[in-house]
This record gives sequence, structure tokens and C-alpha cells, in this order.
Amino acid sequence: MGGAHADISKHVKAYIGVFVALAVLTVVTVAVSRVHFSGAGNIVVALVIAAFKASLVAAIFMHLKWEKAPSIWWALAICAIFFVFLIFIPVLAVGELPPQAQHGMWDVVPQVGAAH
Amino acid sequence: MSVAVLPYTVKPHPVTGVYSGKLGTWLFLASEVMLFGALFSAYVLLRVGAPASGPAAWPSHDATELSWKIGGFNTLVLIISSVTMVMAWASLKLNNLSKARMYLGLTVGLALVFIMVKLLLEYIPKFQAHHTPSHSNFFGLYFTLTGLHALHILGGVFVITYFIFPGSSLWKKDPEYYTNRIECTGLYWHFVDLVWIFLFPVLYLL
Repeated sequence: MGGAHADISKHVKAYIGVFVALAVLTVVTVAVSRVHFSGAGNIVVALVIAAFKASLVAAIFMHLKWEKAPSIWWALAICAIFFVFLIFIPVLAVGELPPQAQHGMWDVVPQVGAAH
Repeated sequence: MSVAVLPYTVKPHPVTGVYSGKLGTWLFLASEVMLFGALFSAYVLLRVGAPASGPAAWPSHDATELSWKIGGFNTLVLIISSVTMVMAWASLKLNNLSKARMYLGLTVGLALVFIMVKLLLEYIPKFQAHHTPSHSNFFGLYFTLTGLHALHILGGVFVITYFIFPGSSLWKKDPEYYTNRIECTGLYWHFVDLVWIFLFPVLYLL
């Protein structure tokens, strides 16, 4: 991370750009949640936008875009593997769920939207 | 008696390639990913495991009475606080301590706005409406996830306040070390913002 003034003003421009992007994407998240996509569409769209926003925060605010140290990238890579496993635990449990729940599994969005 | 000095607070460690505080912070954040990740996983399991109808069915967001306006407002508050936090670090890089302290102060102010909104406009009315954690799986998860997140905000407020006042004396002794400590505080602060970026759609919109 260079201490030179030119570097920092480049950083500051990136920060402002990310701020605008995050604000706009927050509005987009709310707007698209009003649209009813089929199946799990709403969940997918919301999570894709959230993941994109999160990666902007990680890349620019958390300086990962400029991060070169392998130790940090290794820690993140291992963390990502465990995180994926953690999120897949519910999928492994599908066979254990009561039958009516298994039936409703991919039905989550219509069920939520059903109340209008 | 000589005072022990922490090694590699400024210069990169020859093995890890970064100053040690930064690697330590990232390892801590990795453990935080596991903590919040487990709760998100519980959310997925309880949601897909909920019966399709009946009293135990997953509530529609009309039924939860969570306001996307309040959630959206707090999202913007946190995003702005992330900008002020990173601007504090940038100001230190430009050798401007007073500007950095102003940005840190703004960050604390925005954090307090977030907590007050959460408490006064959400938690208290929810409890008055008997939407307590024991009301349903949804509210159990809602209070666990947002409560844990709010505790993180509060923790950040204490740390940042420390660095505005007593902690800033380090600037005179070792400005680069102080700047690095602010960078690590910022890493934590942006992570807390990042968690909220997922919490907002998951709890308020879906």
C-alpha cells in the first residue's frame, strides 16, 4: 500500500465510487424484491446483488484489491471452503426434514408472496 | 524494566508478508464468518424446514411487520459509516490527524444512529407487539442475527472511540503504527457493514 499522495487520492476516488454503487444497489435490491420471479428467483437475485455489494466492500474498503500477501489470501481461501460447507449443511439435512417441508422446499418464494 | 515492544506492527513480517495486526485481524474475521455463517445456515435450515402452511409456516414479510424503509435507512447509514471509516485511514496516510479524528467521530455518530433506530423504531415496538424471540422461528433468528450484529456495532463504537481519544496519543509516538491500527479497525468495521448487506435482504425483503 503506497503512502504517496497520488495513490491515496486514487483510493479516495474509488471509495466514493463504491459508495455510490452501494447506495444505488441498495435501492435496486428493494426495487427487485417487489417483482415476483418464479421459483427461488427472488432469493437468487437478492443474494447475487448482496454478494456483489459485499465484494465491492471487501475489494475496495477492505483493500483486498491491493492485497498481495499470500498469508491473507490463504486464510480467506480456507475460510471460504468452510463457509461453503456450512451453508450446504441444510442441503445435507433435506432427507431428514418432515415430508411436508420437503415438499415446500423449492416453493419458498410463492409461499412468501402468497400473502400479497 | 524495559517495556516489551510488539514486533512487526509496521514492517511486514518476513514469513507472512504483512504487518502482524493485519493478518491477526483477517484471521479474526475468518472466525467471524464462521460465527455468522452458522447462523445464516440455521436460517436456511429453519426456513426450508418450515411447513408449507399452518401456524408454524414461514411468515410472509407483511406478517413480520419489518419495515424495509427502516432497514433500508440503516443500510445507508452503515454504508456511509464505512466511507467515513476508510476516509479516516486515508486522512492518516495524508498525515492529517485532526481530519482523521473528525471522520472517526462521524463513524461513531452514524453507528449510534444505527443502534438508536434499531432500538427505538424496531426492537421496542416489536416487543410491544409481542414479536419477541420466542414468538416464532423467524423472530428467534431475527433477534439472534440482528442482536449479534448490533453487539458488533457497539464493540466497534468502543474501539473507534478509544482511537479518537486516548488511543490517538500513539500518533505522536509512532504514526505508522497508529495508521495501521486504524486500518485494522476499519477492516472489522467494513466486515460488520458487509454482514448487514446480507442481513437486510434476508430479513426485510425475502
